Amino acid sequence: MAGQEQQQPQSRDTEVDEDVPAAPPAPAEGQASAATQGVDDLLDEIDGVLESNAEEFVRAFVQKGGQ
Amino acid sequence: MTAGVPGGLPAGGAMRVMGSETEYGIHAPSAPGANATMMSARVIQAYAQVTRQRAAGGAETRWDYTDEEPLHDARGWTLERSRAEPEQLTDQPPVLDAEAVALAYGRQELEADGEDESGTLLMNMVLGNGARLYVDHAHPEYSSPEVTNPRDAVAWDAAGDLVALAAVRRLAADPDLPPINLYKNNTDNKSVSYGSHENYLMPRSVPFGDIVRGLTPFFVTRQVICGAGRVGMKQDGSRPGYQISQRADFFETEVGLETTIRRPIINTRDEPHATADKYRRLHVIIGDANLSQASNYLKFGSTAMVLSLIEAGLAPKIEVHEPVAALQAVSHDTTLTATLRLLDGRRITALDLQWIYFEAAAKHAQDTGVADAVDGDGHTHGVLERWSATLTQLGSDRAAAASSVEWLAKLSLLDGYRERDGLDWGHARLGLVDLQWADIRPEKGLYYRLLARDRMQRLVDDAAIQRAVTEPPSDTRAFFRGRCVSRFGADVVGASWDSVIFDVPGRGRLQRVPTREPLRGTEALTGGLFARHREAGPFLSELLGLPPGS
Repeated sequence: MAGQEQQQPQSRDTEVDEDVPAAPPAPAEGQASAATQGVDDLLDEIDGVLESNAEEFVRAFVQKGGQ
Repeated sequence: MTAGVPGGLPAGGAMRVMGSETEYGIHAPSAPGANATMMSARVIQAYAQVTRQRAAGGAETRWDYTDEEPLHDARGWTLERSRAEPEQLTDQPPVLDAEAVALAYGRQELEADGEDESGTLLMNMVLGNGARLYVDHAHPEYSSPEVTNPRDAVAWDAAGDLVALAAVRRLAADPDLPPINLYKNNTDNKSVSYGSHENYLMPRSVPFGDIVRGLTPFFVTRQVICGAGRVGMKQDGSRPGYQISQRADFFETEVGLETTIRRPIINTRDEPHATADKYRRLHVIIGDANLSQASNYLKFGSTAMVLSLIEAGLAPKIEVHEPVAALQAVSHDTTLTATLRLLDGRRITALDLQWIYFEAAAKHAQDTGVADAVDGDGHTHGVLERWSATLTQLGSDRAAAASSVEWLAKLSLLDGYRERDGLDWGHARLGLVDLQWADIRPEKGLYYRLLARDRMQRLVDDAAIQRAVTEPPSDTRAFFRGRCVSRFGADVVGASWDSVIFDVPGRGRLQRVPTREPLRGTEALTGGLFARHREAGPFLSELLGLPPGS
């Protein structure tokens, strides 16, 4: 939030006019390959972190009731 | 901030006395079938050992149950004890019998470390940061100290995750005990849910019916900004899919006293833990536990602002048709395009409904002056800015929202796996990603892996969260409670939200110091007292206006 403190929070209508970049909701082609690379790196890292035997681990996670 | 001034906080915006409660999921992979209450007690015990190392004399204190009133209903009556579910009787200390204790602890360890003077196992601690750490049925629970604003709510809630982590590390280092994992989530996907609650202080003069009418549409849709995301549909997760909220499928009624069965959107438990004719404590049970700081901040900030609207009589006049079904429909629609039917016949999306609340809250805050970026209360402006930015992104730039909105961050990771490995929603690996998202160990927890790569936003820096593990907030009575525990731990025999009880050597009887005003006992009011006294006796004498040595 730092650096934006002088900006007034916008109501919906003005926000749409001023703040939303014209970019389409999905990443453009050029950005997409960089983004995909980032996701691949992330998934590689997480592969090494995930508990082995997913099915058994998830099945064994049984909780007693709570609030 | 001048929040320590008794008489109140700036009204109209996001400042309010508030706090969080987190029940952690608990699991010992190498000891399947281990008793959950025993394991939870081990967690509390482990943290007691950590604090004992940190503070000579012990930084742990027993909880005082005399002001717990779990059966008081905000609608104006009290449930008979005989009609209450056992889980509702939270005013009785949990009891562990000798056999159970022997199963959980080696006898030697128990004698060395596990018992307090009266011979009971420590199930309940008051921490130096003003929080409570205890065994709640079958889960370890951290209840944060009272804070005055959403940013501090995030900091002291995240501090609870570090408390839990310290206990997990301690247990992992003990070769005689199985390692225990803790998860900041809300369901095991096998029909059990456990809560993450919020508490907000309100004037008692606000009619409870106004709270119900004003909050219900907001709570039906609030999950789009702060849901934690869940793999699995229905209470037992038997239908494959992904939904916005961990909790939505576990809610069955609109208003009620229960928190463990027939869960209500609006909970009526009425234990103010404060001067009862002035305040009510609104106990919110519908939220998901959040690791995302931005989601947690918006959860507390937006809700506090909606309560300000309700207090001013300015809540949007909206009624959602069949709120419980609508809550679940919103959770099951990750496209955010489904419409809710209002009683006036309109059909609007969850985002539309959030915008209506946002605009009412923003107008009220601007009218009262608290929203000003420079001369406001220092918090409301930030909440409004983030609230509007998040709603805008959810409508038009979901990729941007994935660094702040927890359910979208998790979904984005899951979609990565689905695409790379061609997995459908029923695949166990996706269930594991969901579970391990919430592992509180930074090296194992997937939220923390994303945070380390700056894929999740930080609102509070790590040093501030670390400080909040040992330091109480300065601007509520939690300051007094926490300082009493860390300074005079050996002479404090009990504490609760609204009292601290001393047993000072040489004095004939226990001395109970009531703390029934949440905005007293602040650093501004009691810091000097703590600075002047290193010993409990003279400290109490000055505090209570007694002659020295009495």
